[in-house]
Amino acid sequence: MNWIFVYICIFFIVPHTGMLQAETIRVCKKCEASTIKEGILKAAPYDTVLVQKGTYKEVDIRIDKPLVLKGENYPLIDGEFKGEIITIVSDDVTIDGLFIINVGTSYTKDYAAVRVTRSENFLLQNLVLEKLFFGIYLEKSNNGRIYHNNILGDAEEEYNSGNGIQLWYSNNIEIEHNTISRVRDGIYLEFANNCTIRNNKSVNNIRYGLHFMFSNNDVYSNNTFENNGAGVAVMFSKEITMHNNVFQDNWGTASYGMLLKEINDSEIIGNTFKDNTVGINIEGSNRVTYKGNDFIGNGWAIKSRGACYTNLFLENNFLFNSFDLSYNSRLNDNKFENNYWSNYAGYDLDKDGIGDIPYRPVKLFSYVVNNTPEAIILLRSLFVDIIDFSEKVSPVFTPDNLVDQFPKMKPFAHDRN
Amino acid sequence: MIEISQLYKKFGKNEVLKGVDLEIQEGKIVAVLGPNGSGKTTIIKSILGMVVPNNGDIKLNGESILKKWRYRDSIDYLPQIANFPHNLTVKELIGMIKDLRKQKKAEDTPLIKLFKLEPFLNKKLGTLSGGTKQKVNILLTFMFNSPLIILDEPTSGLDPISLLRLKELINSEKKKGKTIVITSHIMSFVEEVAEEIVFLLEGKIYFNGTISELKKKTEQPDFEHAIASILTQSYA
Amino acid sequence: MLKILKYSFYDLMRSRWSYVYFVFYLLLGFVLLFLNNNVSKAVITLMNVIIILTPLIGTIFGVMYYYNSKEFTGLLLAQPIKRSTIFLGQYFGVALSLSMSLVVGLGIPFIAYGIFMSDAIWDFGLLLVTGAFLTFIFTALSFNIALRNENRIKGFGYAILLWLFMAVIYDGIFLMSLMIFEDYPLDTFSLSATMFNPIDLSRVLILLKLDISALMGYTGAIFQKFFGTNFGMFLSIGVLALWVLIPVWFIRRVARRKDF
Repeated sequence: MNWIFVYICIFFIVPHTGMLQAETIRVCKKCEASTIKEGILKAAPYDTVLVQKGTYKEVDIRIDKPLVLKGENYPLIDGEFKGEIITIVSDDVTIDGLFIINVGTSYTKDYAAVRVTRSENFLLQNLVLEKLFFGIYLEKSNNGRIYHNNILGDAEEEYNSGNGIQLWYSNNIEIEHNTISRVRDGIYLEFANNCTIRNNKSVNNIRYGLHFMFSNNDVYSNNTFENNGAGVAVMFSKEITMHNNVFQDNWGTASYGMLLKEINDSEIIGNTFKDNTVGINIEGSNRVTYKGNDFIGNGWAIKSRGACYTNLFLENNFLFNSFDLSYNSRLNDNKFENNYWSNYAGYDLDKDGIGDIPYRPVKLFSYVVNNTPEAIILLRSLFVDIIDFSEKVSPVFTPDNLVDQFPKMKPFAHDRN
Repeated sequence: MIEISQLYKKFGKNEVLKGVDLEIQEGKIVAVLGPNGSGKTTIIKSILGMVVPNNGDIKLNGESILKKWRYRDSIDYLPQIANFPHNLTVKELIGMIKDLRKQKKAEDTPLIKLFKLEPFLNKKLGTLSGGTKQKVNILLTFMFNSPLIILDEPTSGLDPISLLRLKELINSEKKKGKTIVITSHIMSFVEEVAEEIVFLLEGKIYFNGTISELKKKTEQPDFEHAIASILTQSYA
Repeated sequence: MLKILKYSFYDLMRSRWSYVYFVFYLLLGFVLLFLNNNVSKAVITLMNVIIILTPLIGTIFGVMYYYNSKEFTGLLLAQPIKRSTIFLGQYFGVALSLSMSLVVGLGIPFIAYGIFMSDAIWDFGLLLVTGAFLTFIFTALSFNIALRNENRIKGFGYAILLWLFMAVIYDGIFLMSLMIFEDYPLDTFSLSATMFNPIDLSRVLILLKLDISALMGYTGAIFQKFFGTNFGMFLSIGVLALWVLIPVWFIRRVARRKDF
């Protein structure tokens, strides 16, 4: 059905409007417009400004009418560190195929390579942004799409760097197939609802790969967040769906695959958390379903810092984590069921694929390490194994009911598509 | 050949040698005798460098041997208890000792024949009886041609025929002009082979001379009684 | 020394216990790999086995071999061989044959399983290296104990006690002191306490491979430097080597002065 609709659009609506109204204004040294600004000035609404290959040293390019700004063979726009480069203040703007570098850095203004302000129905695609402060900055702009851009920063410190893609009070945005690296936060959302973030790669950023606050009903799927300073931070939001993302190699003292804080009524399904210091750090999050995730080789697969109620952990794989779960409360209202734990040492006499004795994912030693972090150096010591074993036999410090009653004997082969 | 001067040795609080002076001349067979704990084995082990004396000096052919090891090349030693690595065969053991002192020619084949050890050559040492082990022990001692031979209780565990063979061996070595030092509890054996007696008592040399001198000194008709009289006198 | 080493080595290589030890590792390797079918899990289990068992076996074998070959040692002492040569030769004979049992016993199943194709090859190699180090260290320590104790029951007792102390009690005291002094900065203390116990040191060396993500969770700068760079790895291996050299030096020293 959808495809048919798209064909109808292409064959009837697009050529129809194009042929009647839109003209193309070329921008190059010898063209009718020699600068981009001039091209925009000459263009009528819904025209196309076609920028040909070359270098354009321009800043403060303001797009105040609906049009398509398109680059041919990636023309270079060099801001010479003077300030913001493109600002969109009109609805229905498309920017496509530009190579933008040298955005100005400021401690008072958030200069961006491309900024969209109070506009709707925009499309930003095939952009390459380098040497930037902020990359793409949306403020109070809805119904847009940010597609297939490559943002490569050179950030080294948090205080003088900006974010790759930033949304502020912007709803219904699709962010897909972007690659963002070496900026402060790869993707940052604040008050952005009903957004879809899909198939992006956010790696090697100074702070967070993905960071969002007060943004509800968003969908995150098939993204990769790798080797970011502090991983991914997800805070003060609800009804979030996170599917099939990969969080890996986030190492450090305050580094997580994912940090959840005050997240309610959400789904975290089919994600992979691999080789992080902490897979998921959870604080004050309720009614979240964790299902079919893989936790592989993390220091702590899950660290629960309290005030977490009625969460469900189902059918996850916990493989070779130093600690599967750290829990700092004596009360437990969360349910662990049918997970596979590689540390499980039970047996399955009735051959139903489920271990006959329950598994206790919280070790006494994880409490010791919470209080005395240096004790981590005794990890896997025989003495520690002995105290863990005695705690397992008769729990004193760990919640009595924090068990997986039905631990699986074999790991799940999760389908990630 | 051997000069021992002012040798002192303590094991913990137990003073075993209290100033021993002794000279053993070349070509002599000397028996070191004494009651249990009198220091016989300690003297022998000092000569071999297995015991480190607290004081005094030991010279072999005029040179001090303390803290040295190469001189042991000129000594053949028969230890009191023969215990060998269990997993080696007799043949391998012989080969090994030869290997360890390969600067010398070894004549093991006649000795193997003499003690009829052929059937045991490929047996592991752990499976041998005490007597057979002692024969192997003797074989290992006599197969080299060193100028000084030290035998610590050589007769233990030997059957009469082997004992006879041992005596023959000692005699033939003496004829080659070797110096032999023996300790033994079997007085008849000592009387038969030894030319000189060194009698130790409480860490000191009580008597040093020939058997006939000993008999004279103690005014006893035979050797065994002479020894007994020393002991009764000293403990009286 | 090589000759003594050779004969001690041959002697041990033929002993029943070397076979038992070898077959134990062989079976362990096969069971872990072919029943679990997972190299990572096998490496983790092996680590627990190796850091506990190799010191124990090294200690017991060392003491046992020394006492059992006492008379033979006497025979050697009367030969024109340097004293330290005899004991070092025997020591290396024991340590080498034990390490061989470990390396070959585990090596065969892992090679059969295809370790060379696996990412775990480095973890596995490190395990074998630490296992060999522990064998050399504890055999040397047990030789020292045996050389100083004529009474073999006492010697055995001390050797077992040493193992128990290093494997369990030390960590207990260590953990207690960390918890008691938790208000103070403890990373220098905990790293140095690790250096003084070869079992802990080996464990940390393996942790660097297996649990680095957890280790990076701690904030101390010294920890960060130790675990975050190759510095920790080199330092640990260096100190392990010292743990071999110092007891070996003591063997030489004691052997020179001892009466037999």
